[in-house]
Amino acid sequence: MAASFFDVDGTLVRTNLLHPTVFYLANQNNPLASLGALARAAAGGPRMALAEMLDRRRFNELLFAAYAGMSNDRLRLLADEAFDSVLKRAIYPGAKDLVTRCRDQGHQVVFVSGALDFLMDKLVAHFGATGHISNRLEIKDNYATGKLLRPIVAGPEKARLVREWAKAHGEDLGECFAYSDSYSDVPLLSVVGHPCVVNPDLRLSKLARTYDWPVIHLGKRPAFAELLERIP
Amino acid sequence: MSGSGSGSGSSMTSYPPPGLPPPSAPPPSGSSELAPRARTRGSHPLVVTLDKKSAPRAVFSGDQLVEVDLPAGTRVIYPRPPLDALKDVDAAIRYALNHPMGSDPLHAKLRPGMKVVIAIDDISLPLPPMRRPDVRERVLTVVLEMLADHGVEDVEMIIATSIHRRMTADEVRHVVGDRIFKAYWPDRLYNHDAEDPKGMKLVGTTDHGEVVSLNRKAVESDLLVYVNLNLVPMDGGHKSVAVGLCGYESLRAHHNPHVMRNCHSYMDPTTSALATSVERMGRLVEKALDVFHIETTVNNRMFDRPLEFLHKNEDDWTGTERASFKALSFTLSKLPQGARQAIFQKVPSPYGVTGVFAGECDAVHERALDRCYAQYAVPVQGQADIVVAGIPYISPYNVNSFLNPLLVQVMAQGYLFNLYRGAPLVRKGGTMIVFHPCTDQFDKEHHAPYIEFVHDVLPQTRDAMVMHTQFEEKFARNPAYVEMYRKGHAYHPAHPFYMWYWGEAGRQHLGRVIVVGADNDYVPKLLGYETARTFREALMMASDGKRDPEITMMHVPPICMADVTL
Repeated sequence: MAASFFDVDGTLVRTNLLHPTVFYLANQNNPLASLGALARAAAGGPRMALAEMLDRRRFNELLFAAYAGMSNDRLRLLADEAFDSVLKRAIYPGAKDLVTRCRDQGHQVVFVSGALDFLMDKLVAHFGATGHISNRLEIKDNYATGKLLRPIVAGPEKARLVREWAKAHGEDLGECFAYSDSYSDVPLLSVVGHPCVVNPDLRLSKLARTYDWPVIHLGKRPAFAELLERIP
Repeated sequence: MSGSGSGSGSSMTSYPPPGLPPPSAPPPSGSSELAPRARTRGSHPLVVTLDKKSAPRAVFSGDQLVEVDLPAGTRVIYPRPPLDALKDVDAAIRYALNHPMGSDPLHAKLRPGMKVVIAIDDISLPLPPMRRPDVRERVLTVVLEMLADHGVEDVEMIIATSIHRRMTADEVRHVVGDRIFKAYWPDRLYNHDAEDPKGMKLVGTTDHGEVVSLNRKAVESDLLVYVNLNLVPMDGGHKSVAVGLCGYESLRAHHNPHVMRNCHSYMDPTTSALATSVERMGRLVEKALDVFHIETTVNNRMFDRPLEFLHKNEDDWTGTERASFKALSFTLSKLPQGARQAIFQKVPSPYGVTGVFAGECDAVHERALDRCYAQYAVPVQGQADIVVAGIPYISPYNVNSFLNPLLVQVMAQGYLFNLYRGAPLVRKGGTMIVFHPCTDQFDKEHHAPYIEFVHDVLPQTRDAMVMHTQFEEKFARNPAYVEMYRKGHAYHPAHPFYMWYWGEAGRQHLGRVIVVGADNDYVPKLLGYETARTFREALMMASDGKRDPEITMMHVPPICMADVTL
């Protein structure tokens, strides 16, 4: 048996963590509250951009602070709509075929994502995957505090969590597969025996070529991919 | 199904009319300027025995050319001169479609509103690609006109890649021409996808348990037209549909080491277990589908004017040709690999079309085979202890990419070894000496699964049976590689295994393979080869104490094959 670990944003769906967050902010109890939430998030934009460049974990913390004050009931109530409006329509063509093929091979399919657990539940159900390793909001008295519960799923931490998951489920990582589009997931790709790069940017493409990792394009193949492929 | 056609079995069934010289006949006089000079003994003018005064032979070593001094007494088998090309190919195509063998003419099979699928051989043939217009474009042009004239509008064209890599848009355009490409690509002209879960359909199972599952569009069509290009005798026939449009499930029936060990040789369908299995599957196809076969053959004019002398006996080179060779080999030795590859692969070959045959599978293929053997077969008496050959830069599996180490093996023990009928050119347990750098380099897109095969599977085992039972299926189902095959331009992950099995008959027969000119030791070791720095050293290793071993060189490319009698 083996497992296939999939990063989600940019790998299976073309959206990133911002898109569902904006959806939630724009769907507050009333339009005024939505406007305020969006304005606060926009004001924090520069800090988030800086954090994205320096520390992916810190970026997640800043982003999910925008959920502070939302009720747990509302978060889950809106999950269906957020999935249908934001995630489902952003799924790359061919993504479902790829996941299905992994399932057909008897793989356990685990989504490893910095996105929030209640959204990942929907995505896992849609793809027929086994489960997910994702971020969870801290909830106190039925309201989100804006903090994330530890461990925060991002960057190198993904690799550690996958190792733990494999150990707990008796999987030999040498037999497992991992799929990601992001250079920040190189640790995740490096812990499995069969790493695969999906929709990579130029930096990750070059690394994949160096290590002879398979490269697949579920979205539109960028022009640099054609050029790189012709270089011996 | 195709019934008894108007031209069945008659002498008026193909263009040009029959009456070709048998394979053992001397080359046509019209091409005598290319015929090598017979020097001493030999079963045929194309089998030249060297003496002490003989010039060195020109040998490909990948994308470089080297000169090799062969000992006196060595036999060198030269390719036949190119057969004369048909003077009016379009007329030949029309004649073949209207006077088919064992079938009604194509126009008689057409009716308005019917679904027609045209399957086309992929770019693995011919090698190098043919100068435009490719003969497939010419055939398609006539066929499509005929379909339109008969009110057939539901037409789709499928590049019959089987588990080869998908052809790029530019490659497809090269084969079918601009006009057809613009009108049909990509919605009605596309690559076969053997891994499309909804795109394959079971045709049936043979009485030997071989599963025949083919492209659904082809199976569900009212008429399937197959447009083939026969480069070597293992192409065409039942292989066209039963292999070109199938997938992994069907290929497993014959692309395995058990079957490969029973092929003697791939180029002789009558002694090839592979051809026998494919034929069984093909007969099932012909029962279930209405298939109209169009087979074409080309001559072996692989090199155009400036390089045409590479066809010739080196003793017959003029001073200019000798200087051209020196200049070419020197230039190649100074160029980077990418530039060498571009020089050889970007220049299409001026092949001439030598035959167009249409109708029922067996009748058509028999005629195409005749043309193939007429072009390639050279009678040779007796086997050799040592066979020498250069491995060129190209194989059917690296069009527009690099000939990687696994393909070196395919060329040596697969193709070169199998270029015979009757008996292998080399004795059982004999030695093959090949020239190639064996560079550890791969096309990262086309040959992505090959890399893992060479660097992960081969270090664990070279035993094809072990590979087949313990590694193949898991590897072949790798979702990442399958995705690269389906959406990118990579060979299917089963393909590297088939490439290894392709060398199985040669591996079982040969005692050893010695490679000269390798730029490293570990790749030859992975392939099970020994290395020698020079040809002289290789010869000493191969002689192994035996005095005056019999040495034969296959002077390829262009392609030739040996009709060996003992």
